[in-house]
Amino acid sequence: MTAQDLVTLTVDGIEVAVPKGTLIIRAAEEAGILIPRFCDHPLLKPVAACRQCLVDVASPFGPEGTLRPFPKPQPACAIAVSEGMVVNTQLTSPVAAAAQAAVTELILINHPLDCPICDKGGECPLQNQALHSGRPTSRYTEPKNTFAKPLALTPQLLIDRERCVLCQRCTRFAAQIPGDPFIALQKRGASQQIGRFDPDVLGMAVPDGEGPFAGDVPAVDGRPFAGYFAGNVVQICPVGALTSAAYRFRARPFDLVSTETVAGHDASCSTIRVDYRRGTVLRVQAGDDPSLNDEWITDKDRFAFRWTAGPDRLRTPLVRRDGVLEEASWPEALAAAAQILTEAKSTAVLPGGRLTLEDAFAYAVFARRVLGTDDVDFRARPASEEEADFLAHVVAGSGEGVTFAELTAAPAVLFVGSEPEDEGGVVYLRLRGAGTKVYSVAALASRGLKRLGGTLIPAVPGAEADVLAGLKPKAKGVAGEAAKELSGGVIVVGERLATVPGAYTAAVAAAERLGARLVWLPRRAGERAAVEAGLLPGLAPAGRSLAEVGQDEALSLFGTTAPAKGRDLGRIIRAAAAGRLDAIVVGGLEVADLPDPTLAAHAFERAKVVALQVRRDEVAEYADVVLPVAPAVEKPGTFINWEGRLRPFPQVLTSTALSDGRVLQALAQKLGVSVPLGQVETVHQVLAALGRPAQRPAAPAAGVPAATAVPAGSAVLATWHNLVDDAAAADYEPHLAASAPLPVATVSPATAKAVGVTEGGRLAVSTDREVIDLPARIDPTMVDGVVHLPTKSPGSHVRAALGAAHGSVVKLALAGKGAGQ
Amino acid sequence: MTYGPETLEALQRDAAEVIARYPTPRSALLPLLHLVQSVDGYVSPDGIEFCAQTLDLTLAEVSAVATFYSQFKRKPNGQYTLGVCITSLCAIMGGDAIFDKLSEYLGVGNDETTADGMFTLEKIECNAACDFAPVMMVNWEFFDYQTPASAVQVAEDLRLGRPVAPTRGPDRVHSFREVSRVLAGFLDGHEDEGPSAGDASLRGRKLAEANGWAVPAPGAAAPAGAAAEGESK
Amino acid sequence: MTDTLTPLLTSRWGNPDSWTLQAYLKAGGYEALKKALSQDAADVLNNVKDSGLRGRGGAGFPTGTKWSFLPPPDGGPRYLVVNADESEPGTCKDIPLMMADPHQLIEGAIITSYAIGCHHAFIYLRGEVVHVYRRLLGAVAEAKKAGYLGKDILGSGFDLELTVHAGAGAYICGEETALLDSLEGRRGQPRLKPPFPAVAGLYARPTVVNNVESIASVPWITLNGQEWWKSMGTEKSTGVAIYSLSGHVQQPGQYEAPLGITMRQLIDLAGGIRAGHELKFWMPGGSSTAMFTQEQLDVPLDYDSVVAAGSMLGTRALQVFDDSVCVVRAVSRWMDFYAHESCGKCTPCREGTFWLRSVLRRIEAGRGKPEDMQILEDIPKSIVGKAFCPLGDGAPSSLVSSLKYFRAEYEDHIENGRCPFDPKAAYLFKEVAA
Repeated sequence: MTAQDLVTLTVDGIEVAVPKGTLIIRAAEEAGILIPRFCDHPLLKPVAACRQCLVDVASPFGPEGTLRPFPKPQPACAIAVSEGMVVNTQLTSPVAAAAQAAVTELILINHPLDCPICDKGGECPLQNQALHSGRPTSRYTEPKNTFAKPLALTPQLLIDRERCVLCQRCTRFAAQIPGDPFIALQKRGASQQIGRFDPDVLGMAVPDGEGPFAGDVPAVDGRPFAGYFAGNVVQICPVGALTSAAYRFRARPFDLVSTETVAGHDASCSTIRVDYRRGTVLRVQAGDDPSLNDEWITDKDRFAFRWTAGPDRLRTPLVRRDGVLEEASWPEALAAAAQILTEAKSTAVLPGGRLTLEDAFAYAVFARRVLGTDDVDFRARPASEEEADFLAHVVAGSGEGVTFAELTAAPAVLFVGSEPEDEGGVVYLRLRGAGTKVYSVAALASRGLKRLGGTLIPAVPGAEADVLAGLKPKAKGVAGEAAKELSGGVIVVGERLATVPGAYTAAVAAAERLGARLVWLPRRAGERAAVEAGLLPGLAPAGRSLAEVGQDEALSLFGTTAPAKGRDLGRIIRAAAAGRLDAIVVGGLEVADLPDPTLAAHAFERAKVVALQVRRDEVAEYADVVLPVAPAVEKPGTFINWEGRLRPFPQVLTSTALSDGRVLQALAQKLGVSVPLGQVETVHQVLAALGRPAQRPAAPAAGVPAATAVPAGSAVLATWHNLVDDAAAADYEPHLAASAPLPVATVSPATAKAVGVTEGGRLAVSTDREVIDLPARIDPTMVDGVVHLPTKSPGSHVRAALGAAHGSVVKLALAGKGAGQ
Repeated sequence: MTYGPETLEALQRDAAEVIARYPTPRSALLPLLHLVQSVDGYVSPDGIEFCAQTLDLTLAEVSAVATFYSQFKRKPNGQYTLGVCITSLCAIMGGDAIFDKLSEYLGVGNDETTADGMFTLEKIECNAACDFAPVMMVNWEFFDYQTPASAVQVAEDLRLGRPVAPTRGPDRVHSFREVSRVLAGFLDGHEDEGPSAGDASLRGRKLAEANGWAVPAPGAAAPAGAAAEGESK
Repeated sequence: MTDTLTPLLTSRWGNPDSWTLQAYLKAGGYEALKKALSQDAADVLNNVKDSGLRGRGGAGFPTGTKWSFLPPPDGGPRYLVVNADESEPGTCKDIPLMMADPHQLIEGAIITSYAIGCHHAFIYLRGEVVHVYRRLLGAVAEAKKAGYLGKDILGSGFDLELTVHAGAGAYICGEETALLDSLEGRRGQPRLKPPFPAVAGLYARPTVVNNVESIASVPWITLNGQEWWKSMGTEKSTGVAIYSLSGHVQQPGQYEAPLGITMRQLIDLAGGIRAGHELKFWMPGGSSTAMFTQEQLDVPLDYDSVVAAGSMLGTRALQVFDDSVCVVRAVSRWMDFYAHESCGKCTPCREGTFWLRSVLRRIEAGRGKPEDMQILEDIPKSIVGKAFCPLGDGAPSSLVSSLKYFRAEYEDHIENGRCPFDPKAAYLFKEVAA
């Protein structure tokens, strides 16, 4: 920053130089002076509504630069500094102090004195302000405004309107940040209040037969969907007006211990603060990280934390005896597991995609060195060999790549088979905040894409590779536009391309051809670390080939010789289901997430299963030995986010639970191999020793199969996970689940007409397995002949019910008329 | 929404016409809410949904606007709104007595509608007719120089279906729905009815005429300073 | 010396069918437009600027100067918005003007648009005056048909669309930025300034917002020249303006006079105070301005003299109250108005008017407490200069000024636990409600 960009002013006599355009309230912070405020928020546009921050300001005027005071106190939150400005706050100006005291008195007249039972009590700016500069007793003796309380704005969000100071932080957040204006100021004057459209609350007559009123996108609870980020309003509410059902009346803030850590529900790995009391997490809040999530997080990151403390949490190992899982001691369980693995002639490892780098590395070593198998795959979702090749070629060992800052500053970002909001969380917020030009190769303009002002490049699921190949600067229309703007831009690919043959190959080619950088945006927090740890067949850590084991000293933990290149997820499952695999070590994954859950269940039934699990879920029912492991909140570790940035976090809760690595180390010991898998630093030493690979594995080179004709009465399936869905991580948080968008089957107007379904009518989507029956939504942006279903939302478990994936052909019918025939 | 296809089609047609008046569709929201009142007799929840859908807004954004403005009714309005000005001047000149008398006659209080759906009684704020105080607005038409008896007579006549003409307005008072349609910007053909101005509006002009007072003739302009001099007596 | 009354904007009111194009043309209408279109836009603008015309909507800012604040054309749209939201209590001049002579406003809007390079102008009319809306809609349709609006106006190559927009009942929309938000289909709440409308107004484009009377003055100034306009009124308050007398005068109504006429003259013209009574207090510029009493009857009613006397000329909404009126009652009702009309955006106005309303109602009802006097002194100070917009600042004016002149009347209410006045004595009719 050059001197010209700085403005020098004095605040309470302290000289401070700040960048041009800085607001007085921020400049004062630089000088260490806190001006009280309610409506001000550094990430929202100023409104100067609450008037709490009034200060005395004088500016030089005229050629002489005579200091001229403003005739009345000014809102520090809305006035930009100017050279030579003199600001006197409540600390030095009786005018400012009197103005602020006057505003405080007025804010309090209609505010209840219920601090002892208010969640905000103890961390409340208004409480502080009242104690600091309010009157000992109120002069206000008239009746206060009262409201029925609380009102549920969503199943999760509650409002106590009498506590609200009408600062509009919440409504400004909703409109400005995620673009989900689900709440707004209602009524006016002293009756003004924050709210949704609620006829009862607004005193609006509802004729018989009308309602419910959900607008365009309904939520599960039947009201308008409030978006995936609504929980942020609780955190920024400067009083106790907005609370969450999850936290309300659960704790006093001064009883909580707050630890900064990393969120584990998506691959952004946002900075969060976990607040706990006596070993129980009570709430999660967004951390302040301008390089990553600003001060915002998804509702999933905020509210989905009870899964680690549910009734199904495993505290002791289980061993199956006479067909029944029984509690066992650690030595017994380890011995049983060791016996299974010793007896097995063939073994495989399916560790899942939610691991820390340290635990992923432990599995990588355990498989190769201890079990001697390369049948290992972290992907607990549809996966392809082409994708594995892509990951090895593009991602593994690539270190930090495109950053959030670079992504948002790109001339254009093209998403292919990836949804920035549903699958990227705060990626969406950052792109929207920056106004980045966004394109999406998809079958429809998702709600997220629309709110990004993005442009759809339509593609029938399965045809993404062809569309990518057609992105050329000379191409007509949107393909040409996108191709031109992508020079220096970014192409983001996501997990659903794993079922699109040739798509990763085409993405690599397009990036090279257009001069764009390529980003893999996985959906799970542990996937990037799993790639770096080498949890794919043939892959060693840091993008090295497993063939280098025995040659590179840095890979000595892997032993002296590498096993032959192993099988990927699909082949492992098929082998086990066919009885050609004896034992599988399974980490944290759900059967329902696997490409074909029926087949997977069969595989786990046939093979012996040693499961390392936080909770007793479906995998345990197939397991022969279950070894309890610690969730992220109970161990230190490192996630790697989609940027490739290491996101180390401390152990938040005191716990006796062991990390996967510690358990694997103990199991290895039982199997006669002594290897330090339970130590956090091991993997970091190995990765540091390995450095960047000298040469990358070959690029994927998959062909594009000829498109198959879709028979009449059928459609191609487009599917991805809604950000809030039936994910196991959201268990025990019913308020979050009820806030999710209502699952619908989306089709184009022409497709709807062909099926004979109208908006809101029931559409039956089926394969030869089962039928998914959902309300139809007709979206004019949708490609004809395609139906979109959320992958794992209530009533729409695509893999379990249909055995289908993105790009599969499914049957469409009016519900009740020949569905599934 | 539960609008029948014909109603919906008419609404959509009218809405398109309203939207076309503005560079940005959202500007049509206030007229569209008036339009909803012309169809439903108030801003109905269905009407809110219609506006949201038409302008690509959330329901909360529409109700935020609908509940801000006092002309938008949240309950089915009477066929006639009797609005008695109770802002200081009119209230003191007799508006309070007029309101009380009407309330007694109709048997309803402020913002209430008679059981037969005929009248909604409303205390209104200053309606820019202070020189005609006390003022009553019937469906937003001017009834000047009211007394309790004259106001009751207006209500009585309306109730009996007799033609009632405002002091300054069309030849007769039209229904709440009809007037709401005008407020949505659809002219009803009554603009040429009624007087040019009320007597109070013309007093200055008539006095000037009587005294031969007028603005100076153009070209015969006195120097700028002279006027200032002239008025310091 | 200019005559006592000078009907100009009011000069055609009452003519047969005065609102029609035919009548307007017969009375010399649209001649100013022809003259303007034959000149450079800059000359039209400078003529108005040099005339010294000051805004007639309350603040009195020089109209031509406001126009000249627009940034140079950048090829994008710029807008004229006529503020026809006349809602300040006591103000009743724009509504009869638009009802009787809508073409006068339309002609002014066309000339102004031409001067500032606007091709889509708006008249934002309060929604509670449906017949005025009819007249405006009808007049715009007529003007368009006759070629005064639309494409290539009178063959000049100048295009203008004019949209008349009806509000829906909110006093705050008289504040220009609240009006713009309302016109954009939002809640009418004032915007943060800067940016000022001249830079980023309607749809974030350069915008001029002017009062009806200001714009209706433009054809006259254009036709007769700025020198002529300056020959009327005072040096700093040039021209003529409409004075609206209401309340306890014999002949309430609209009196158009050169700026600088006094209240004593006006009351005389209006036949004096109600028979058998004396003047008690009057509001010079609407209920948001400080009240005056007998003491200020000779203050010239121009912008600066009224300020010097401790109030504001505002909209020249002269509300007259005689000795039958309880000042506590009057002020209490005004506070009811402000509490009802506070938009709710800022704390001082929203909470302050709410509080004062409760206290004033209690005092008037005979339930005042001695400590209420301190509240009445202090809370206005918590509002004035702290509120977001000028409407908040103006809300306690009547209260503050009434305490200056009539403090004893408040104390009397509190001490004796009752209002000493009979409301019926103030009624303009003899019949008395039950």
